Amino acid sequence: MQCDRVAEQLPQIVDGPERAAPQVLAHVESCLRCQAELVQYRRLLRALRHLRTDVLEPAPGTLAAILANIEHAGERGAMHSLLTGRRAAYLGGIAVATAAAGAAGAMVLANRGRRKMRLAG
Amino acid sequence: MAQELGELVEAAKAGDQRAFEELVLATQADTYTLAYRLTGNEEDAQDVMQEAYVRAYKGLKRYRGDAKFNTWMYRITANCALTHLKKRSRDRHELLENDAMLVDERAEHDPVASLGGADDRRMLHAALQSLSPEMRAVVVLRDIYDLPHEAIAAELGISEGAAKVRLHRARRKLRERLFPLRAESHGVEAARAV
Repeated sequence: MQCDRVAEQLPQIVDGPERAAPQVLAHVESCLRCQAELVQYRRLLRALRHLRTDVLEPAPGTLAAILANIEHAGERGAMHSLLTGRRAAYLGGIAVATAAAGAAGAMVLANRGRRKMRLAG
Repeated sequence: MAQELGELVEAAKAGDQRAFEELVLATQADTYTLAYRLTGNEEDAQDVMQEAYVRAYKGLKRYRGDAKFNTWMYRITANCALTHLKKRSRDRHELLENDAMLVDERAEHDPVASLGGADDRRMLHAALQSLSPEMRAVVVLRDIYDLPHEAIAAELGISEGAAKVRLHRARRKLRERLFPLRAESHGVEAARAV
């Protein structure tokens, strides 16, 4: 097996040999170049995991800024809800008024129709 | 700590503003560090952190507690960081895949330089920042913060398989950058050191 083909799989194999095909593992066991690369991947992962314990402190005043942002976002949300509510109420009012006008018109027409029938009768 | 956070989350969900402040205080350093690792500079990290907490506040009622609060914050932060970097990239007419260096060269702002072995950690930080934001996000979330592939894929909007492929590519790039030519010249010594 060629080193180049095995090298493509080393970033995955470093998570555990069970992820590799037997022939790939056999190659690594017999190839110093691939072993050396695997060692480098292990060192890389160790170094990355070590960074987990390296924690930075944000600048002073960050908490206040975050809370102000949240308050601002909350106000925007409340304003949006208010406007949405008003818009809904406005549209609802128009719909009710339109329906009422339609119903009234229908009643007028119906009454006229009845009167004409009576006069004709 | 986890139990305390759980109690704070429940109180915050019930509308206790003070409890949310305590949550921010307890997690802000972790959130900021992740934001810094993903963006590579202090200013962007601050912006990302602000946005992440606003999103967390708005989405707190949807947090079911099936993951640790810290992990939930990592996912939100990663999502905010990528959105932020994409927007910034568009604004500056940069390509996301250009592997542009985004390193903050100021030593006092370098998280990996603040511990012993500063040179190695500075190199590692620089190597991380040399990756594209998408590659960097996968390797940071997986290899530093130990998030499962599934969660990473969900946050990045890609399949689990694609997340794994991206991770392996990112590792390869980091190795090539951190160990140039060493495989050829020091292979035997390195193998013996295992």
